[in-house]
Amino acid sequence: MSKLKRVFTYAFLGGAAFVSIFPFLWMVVSATNKSVEVTKGRLLPGSHLLDNFRKLAESTDLWTSLWNSAKISVLTTILAIVIASLAGYGFEIYRSRAKDIVFSILLLSMMIPFAALMIPLYRMFANISGSLPAIGIDTMASVMLPTITTAFLIFFFRQNSKMFPKDMVEAGRIDGLSELGIFFKIFMPTMKTTYAAAGIITFMSSWNNYLWPLIVLQSPEQKTIPLLISNLGSGYSPDYGLIMLAIVIATLPTALVFFLMQKHFVAGMMGSVK
Amino acid sequence: MKADRTGLSIRAKSNLTGWSFILIAVTMIAAFYFYPMVQALILSFKTGTGSNLTYTGGSNYVRLLSDKTFLTSLSNTFIYLIIQVPVMILLALFISVLLNDSKLKFRGFFRTAIFLPCVTSLVAYSVVFKYLFAADGLVNSLLLKLSVIQVPIQWITDPFWAKITIIIAITWRWTGYNMIFYLSALQNIDSSIYEAARIDGASSFKQFTKITVPMLKPIILFTSITSTIGTLQLFDEVMNITKGGPGNATLSISQYIYNLSFKYTADFGYAATVSYSIVVIIVLLSILQFKVAGDKK
Repeated sequence: MSKLKRVFTYAFLGGAAFVSIFPFLWMVVSATNKSVEVTKGRLLPGSHLLDNFRKLAESTDLWTSLWNSAKISVLTTILAIVIASLAGYGFEIYRSRAKDIVFSILLLSMMIPFAALMIPLYRMFANISGSLPAIGIDTMASVMLPTITTAFLIFFFRQNSKMFPKDMVEAGRIDGLSELGIFFKIFMPTMKTTYAAAGIITFMSSWNNYLWPLIVLQSPEQKTIPLLISNLGSGYSPDYGLIMLAIVIATLPTALVFFLMQKHFVAGMMGSVK
Repeated sequence: MKADRTGLSIRAKSNLTGWSFILIAVTMIAAFYFYPMVQALILSFKTGTGSNLTYTGGSNYVRLLSDKTFLTSLSNTFIYLIIQVPVMILLALFISVLLNDSKLKFRGFFRTAIFLPCVTSLVAYSVVFKYLFAADGLVNSLLLKLSVIQVPIQWITDPFWAKITIIIAITWRWTGYNMIFYLSALQNIDSSIYEAARIDGASSFKQFTKITVPMLKPIILFTSITSTIGTLQLFDEVMNITKGGPGNATLSISQYIYNLSFKYTADFGYAATVSYSIVVIIVLLSILQFKVAGDKK
């Protein structure tokens, strides 16, 4: 590499890294400052973190929203990876022509934009509300149900099942395990990495989901954290320090998951195009 | 074939077991994707407010073609698409080529930093961008201090700059995401190909256009299709940065559907019609992208 090229490379990548990180730094710094200081463009950490935190906890349903988001995301993730991995495994291990056709049809659902689904889905849950209030509008179940199963996740598990040695299925049968037993006792423990990757992706998208909860959740005690932030951000006289703190708190779980499991996360994304 | 006590052959039984494994998933997708899809199609032939709907044939589709707000949201979405997707893909390609150099120092840091935006929620980063790009926001005060501009840019309230703000925001959020795909694909290219090219005297630019891009074609196709679908569904950013304004200058199709259903007097039938336009566009563009990419094979 010529010297000029090297200087350019580092300058360019440095610039890109700075632009990528800066909004994070700014929101963390702003979370420790008073609203006026944020508008003045103060870029140094201040001493108002605790003050902002107290105000945020008092003036909003922070804890309720966090708890709602946590419940929904964890439950969705567990159900999603169990259902999708059962299906991915089923499609691959018990392969048949008819199942291949069903699989192709499932994949078509990836082309359907959510915008086309949201009105019928909303009407569906509004109708259910009358007879089955537990899964109707404004419930946790109504947020979760349409997001649990995605063709992408089934595809992801099917692709990864290809790496699962088929001999182990035979070995399990000889040992007298049931078909489900083989799945739970052999497949699941062997495919830990695949499960980790799928879990991270699902958790992140569930934690960050906005449009569907916005439509289906109405009462304040059901709101999730993205709805809380969106509400704070649309106020007339926003308290910047407070809002930035809320954003930092909302970003922490996904940022932590990302840093702890970076390798699995990247592996998971790649798994989708393998 | 041997039959056991149930009267089914082993093969048929195993086939049946297989169906039970996929049953829940197939039911869920049918219930929450395909059934609503059909419902939306039926809805699109009805009009009325709230749940008072009656069949009116194709009147919604006629209205669609002369609906100025729809046409504005459509052209906004296409402006985002035509500018943002190529810019982002080229940027992601360029960065990944730079990062692929094994002699480069701090590779891990650069990669993590540029990927970092992907961990934020669309809502959270949108609100941050809204304040960064406010008239008295940090971006303007920095540009003023550096004397790049003399008067503050009306990022959010000027029709032109509001679009630019949305484009900058999406690019910030997704470039790193695409970069990861290219990086992984680049690592699968045998480095001897580049060595041979270098010996033959091919410039970096030639290597990029003659080796890197053709080798990465399937991944580029994949990322451009997913980015296109993502842009056509744009909602969270527009809703939280500009609310579709000023006027309708940043309104996206998804936000228009949302407005039709939940903001104005609910017109579910017409909203369903608008939503089908996205389905049609996604299908057409995906076919087009496959054709363009497939031609030179």
